[in-house]
Amino acid sequence: MRNNGSPKAPPAEATAFLNARLIDPASGKDEPGGLLVEDGLIADLGNHLRRNAPEHARVIDCKGHVLCPGLIDMQVFTGEPGLEHRETLKTASHAAAAGGVTTIVVMPDTEPVIDQVALVDFIQRRARDNAIVNVHVMAAMTRGLKGQDMAEIGLLKRAGAVAFTNGKSSVINTRVMRNVLLYAKDHGTLVVHHTEDPYLTEGAVMNAGEVATRLGLPGVNKAAETVVLERDVRLVEITGGRYHAATLSCAESLGVVRAAKARKLPVTCGVSVNHLTLNENDIGSYRTFLRLRPPLRSEEDRTAMVRGLSAGDIDVIVSSHDPQDADVKRHPFAEAADGAIGLETLLAAALRLYHSGELALIPLLRAMTINPARLLGLPSGRLDKGAPADLILVDLGQPWVVDKAQLRARSKNSPFDESKMQGRVLATMVAGKTVYQ
Amino acid sequence: MTNPITKASFVRRHLLTCENLSVGEIGALLDLADKAAEGNRQVIKKRDVLRGRTLINLFFEASTRTQSSFELAGKRLGADVMNMNVSTSSVSKGETLIDTAMTLNAMRPDILVVRHHAAGAVELLSQKVDCSVINAGDGAHQHPTQALLDALTIRRAKGRIAGLTVAICGDILHSRVARSNINVLNTMGARVRIVAPSTLLPTQAERLGAEVFTDMNAGLEGTDIVMMLRLQRERMQGSYVPSTREYYHFFGLDHEKLARAKPDALIMHPGPMNRGVEIASDIADHSRSVIREQVEMGVAVRMAVLEAMARQLPNH
Repeated sequence: MRNNGSPKAPPAEATAFLNARLIDPASGKDEPGGLLVEDGLIADLGNHLRRNAPEHARVIDCKGHVLCPGLIDMQVFTGEPGLEHRETLKTASHAAAAGGVTTIVVMPDTEPVIDQVALVDFIQRRARDNAIVNVHVMAAMTRGLKGQDMAEIGLLKRAGAVAFTNGKSSVINTRVMRNVLLYAKDHGTLVVHHTEDPYLTEGAVMNAGEVATRLGLPGVNKAAETVVLERDVRLVEITGGRYHAATLSCAESLGVVRAAKARKLPVTCGVSVNHLTLNENDIGSYRTFLRLRPPLRSEEDRTAMVRGLSAGDIDVIVSSHDPQDADVKRHPFAEAADGAIGLETLLAAALRLYHSGELALIPLLRAMTINPARLLGLPSGRLDKGAPADLILVDLGQPWVVDKAQLRARSKNSPFDESKMQGRVLATMVAGKTVYQ
Repeated sequence: MTNPITKASFVRRHLLTCENLSVGEIGALLDLADKAAEGNRQVIKKRDVLRGRTLINLFFEASTRTQSSFELAGKRLGADVMNMNVSTSSVSKGETLIDTAMTLNAMRPDILVVRHHAAGAVELLSQKVDCSVINAGDGAHQHPTQALLDALTIRRAKGRIAGLTVAICGDILHSRVARSNINVLNTMGARVRIVAPSTLLPTQAERLGAEVFTDMNAGLEGTDIVMMLRLQRERMQGSYVPSTREYYHFFGLDHEKLARAKPDALIMHPGPMNRGVEIASDIADHSRSVIREQVEMGVAVRMAVLEAMARQLPNH
């Protein structure tokens, strides 16, 4: 509301980032330079702005640190509406800003489920009034997330839903899934699907294998994931619907995705940062904050996921931020709830792969900026003239230790509590406005 | 002077499908129907073309207008008409379709008018009886007299069928009306479009000879005829389309969408209509709506078909 139609336009609000290391994952550029922000948009960038700022601009000296697009996290669970004691849009947005995430896509797994136009509108209004980062809605593709009746995909999309999902559950009725893909195609929208067969996962609490056996916990085979994924790929083949597997976890799944992409099917996939940086051994002595869905897999699977990211088989990294309070986490492992928070640690955890030499910076950032932006049709996620000034300034080397007491999320179920990290966000800007420093 | 009807006439024992009807056959039936329509507007409507003949309406699926239309057509041609009500027939007691057919055949009817919920059932029945059989709708397969009455309505209103662009909109997947209409309209030289969400389109629908649209605004652009189809209630609640509200928003015929069609475009609907679901109530009553004419032409076309068939009946 900067310019609400008054006859004399106020002077442009300008910020100049000087002496930066500009990284644009979209173009692959990584070079010294400067960047000028005007009226919430990137007005100019390049080497010519490295030392010189226009007179009217507020100047920020980046001291050679990385200036790149803010991250887009396309899988964030909050508790609003209905479970505000876990997380609100406001607290999630503060955690996001501190973690370098400038756009969050919230999941429809709320109470009530976001399957109605009025609820999309509710989220947008609450976000406008309370959140400090961009908030988009991924709406339910079936009513009540029950997997039976299609939600009003066309009307929800017009209301602003950026994609459709069945949240934390897979649609088991194959006809429903086929019809959703067909129908979503008509509306040009993306179907994001959790791939876990509920019958195979029933009662299971972690990956099936040696660790589960030692711990005496019921495990789930990877087939629970590949069975649904392979079925979905077949349905994509007959429908032509755009499909995104939300969070894959094992090497076998990547084989399925790679084959689908080789056949030019509109199939993409994501992975949570947890599955790139942790494995089942980290569960150690029954740490319930590492009880996730899909479950953490073996070290072989983790390295396969990293390779898949590097090879372009995996398109997107998400935090899969899922706040759960102590009431549901402080239980024996088998009786605790699934899920871990991750917004504030997303970038730092992902940078582990960069520091360990497993993955280059550009492909890492691409999976959290331009790739989700393209999938969801967002204008952000790139350093480009005219793009929204959603930017982060990052000190890649700065060491820090995660302390859950300091985390901004309302729930504290971080799998990285007390972990050492390298790389920290110095400042976060959303639409030209500094929201974290 | 030769009679145009004998020149290009309808010479068939059964009318089961529109797939193989020729331009000449359709034209002959429509010419006959035009005359019947004229006769139907007279005070004395009855003729004796089918005097002494027996027509049985055998409806395995509920129908109001098709059954009454055939009944009236038969009576106006002087036939003895019997309606077989499925709910009181022996079918509900477990008799098979073939047994029912054989039983009826033993009663020596001349013409059987059959509607059945299963595609192909009418053809199967036609192979087992000695009389003529008219398909009054079999599953999602064919409904020939509906397509003929639609063609007649169009021809009378527009003076021609060839060269017109016709958009058939709605539940194509389950529609026998759509299939028969695509056949007849294509044969008569119209350009046919089908408009539906992908969930209500059959596989390879374009191979039927129609251009496929999933965006109704694009599908109606420049059309001469907008033909709406009924969407059954059980298909509106999430299985094929998310809701009545959403279906109406994207596929209901309202003034905004109708404005894409030609200014003199006709509005058609085979009935029964769901006002406010596939068609706005005031559009159904629009000056360009020919929905009531369709009903009138229904009787005329059925008389034409019966009359043409009467010529083929054996004179035993």
